[in-house]
Amino acid sequence: METLLDILSELHPDVDFSKEQNLVERGILGSFDIVMLVTRIEEEFDTVIPARLITPDTFRSAEALYSVIQSLEDND
Amino acid sequence: MLFTSWDFALFIAVLVPVYYLVPKRLQQPVLLLANVVFYAFAGLFAFVLLFATGLSVYLFAIGIGKTWTTQESVLLEHKGEWDKAKRKTFRESMEKKRRILTAVCLILHFGILAAMKYGSGLIGITNTLFGTGFSGAGLVLTMGASFYTFSAMGYVIDVQRGKYPAEKNPLRVLLYTSFFPILVQGPISRFDRLGETLFKTHSFQWDHLEAGLIRVLWGYAKKLLVADRLLVAVKQLIRYPETYNGAFVLVGMLLYAATLYADFTGGIDITIGIGKMLGITIDENFNRPYFSKNIAEYWRRWHMTLGAWFKEYVYYPVSVSKLLRRLTKAARRFGDGFARRIPVYIATMAVWAVTGMWHGNSWNFLVWGLMNGAILLISEELSPLYKKFHARFPGLSRNWFYRAFTVIRTVLLMSSLRMFDCYATVPETFRSFGSMFTTWNLPLLWRGGIASLGLSAADYAVAGAGIITMFVVSLIQRKGALTPRLLGKKLGIRLLIYGTLLAVILVFGYYGFGFDAGQFIYNRF
Repeated sequence: METLLDILSELHPDVDFSKEQNLVERGILGSFDIVMLVTRIEEEFDTVIPARLITPDTFRSAEALYSVIQSLEDND
Repeated sequence: MLFTSWDFALFIAVLVPVYYLVPKRLQQPVLLLANVVFYAFAGLFAFVLLFATGLSVYLFAIGIGKTWTTQESVLLEHKGEWDKAKRKTFRESMEKKRRILTAVCLILHFGILAAMKYGSGLIGITNTLFGTGFSGAGLVLTMGASFYTFSAMGYVIDVQRGKYPAEKNPLRVLLYTSFFPILVQGPISRFDRLGETLFKTHSFQWDHLEAGLIRVLWGYAKKLLVADRLLVAVKQLIRYPETYNGAFVLVGMLLYAATLYADFTGGIDITIGIGKMLGITIDENFNRPYFSKNIAEYWRRWHMTLGAWFKEYVYYPVSVSKLLRRLTKAARRFGDGFARRIPVYIATMAVWAVTGMWHGNSWNFLVWGLMNGAILLISEELSPLYKKFHARFPGLSRNWFYRAFTVIRTVLLMSSLRMFDCYATVPETFRSFGSMFTTWNLPLLWRGGIASLGLSAADYAVAGAGIITMFVVSLIQRKGALTPRLLGKKLGIRLLIYGTLLAVILVFGYYGFGFDAGQFIYNRF
């Protein structure tokens, strides 16, 4: 989780990602950020988030995103 | 059948009572019959293609859905028996089947759409290059094909992704793909969202009918008072670009911005209003786009359903595709920052190239799309600078004048780009745009120039009043949708508002002898 929070902070250092629950709805993460994030997650976690899982729900919070990464890791 | 025809008014006047009077189990067949009647006016080929598309999409989705049910049942059957690797291999083999079926479906339907959109252009190029004499006369885009094809392909991809199961009832799929209000110019509707109300039975509710009627009336007001009227002047301006240059280009840009907004949002108002009258919720396609502070925000608020479609089904899949991931890895030797930008840049430009091509088969639209993509990327790269600027001047973003400046800047930028939609060729568009800075002919506007565009002073007054009204309504909508607040007013006040709007449309609407109220601009896309 710490690694993910670091990645998120690289994108927006001014946001407290450990607390924010509506990242997409509030416009904090846009489509450019999401693609950057997917690339960084692949670098750090060696996990590819497939297009079908790139939804507002997946990226709504750091926790939600982390649980998706974990479930993908479990499926591998 | 045109929305702006008496045939259509009669069609709705018959449909709505019949829809509520028949037994509820017959409401969906009645709607399907209405779709058949509505689309029968589009010609035999268009009619056959629409319903063949619906049937084909139904069969493909069923085939794809079957792989999901097989996967679940087989995995359940061998639970505890197969190891993780074997389960994974089986899942992958099912996924491969799904992908093949989906790819065949997409190639078939987008192929038909592409043949209609670009076939005659490609045949023209072939004839020029090789001296052949092929005819592309039969390749004409049928009404609504872009919209229903995109909606239908979204449904198939959703089933492939396992977002929801395939619909087993073919009549429901046919009803969805041929739902008449959205055939004219969208919105591009999702199966699950539209289906929530489209596949339900509905009891008559006066509130729904009234809310739908007022929305329809408002749509007609935009279309007949503003859009069709101003289009006369816009057409005159772009027909003679050598004459109407300099300041006239700026006038044309602004008139076209108003025309397109009134035309497209007006049509969507009619569409959503008709849906509401039938108890069916159709997605909004606009969120006061001309109040956007930058181009990215504008594209989140204009033609929202198309943007969402491209984002979900093109932008994200392209950005996480194997090819781009390989490219990104290979580019790391030039630095992480460079490599991480590759999927964003390529996917953005790919989406905007396709968005441009969706709008038309000329180079103008491709250039328009690529310029939109380039501006979005430049804005994104400059965002750290904007942040520093606003950190230096913290109160600025709350300042009324600064906010008005950003809104006007966005409108002007989008209107400039939209010139590619107007002029015949790319060089002509650039020439006309450049003439705004090189040809100083402002006084010609009031020395007969404006009066020569085919509209009278009264026409300008009506259109101007219409634009001001649209602006005021948009301002009111900042606090939420207007219709629920309107329905909360006393009956007398509501009747006065509706009566006045209807009278204004009937008296000042741009129609009558010698004028054929036009099809919607977006219908040709």
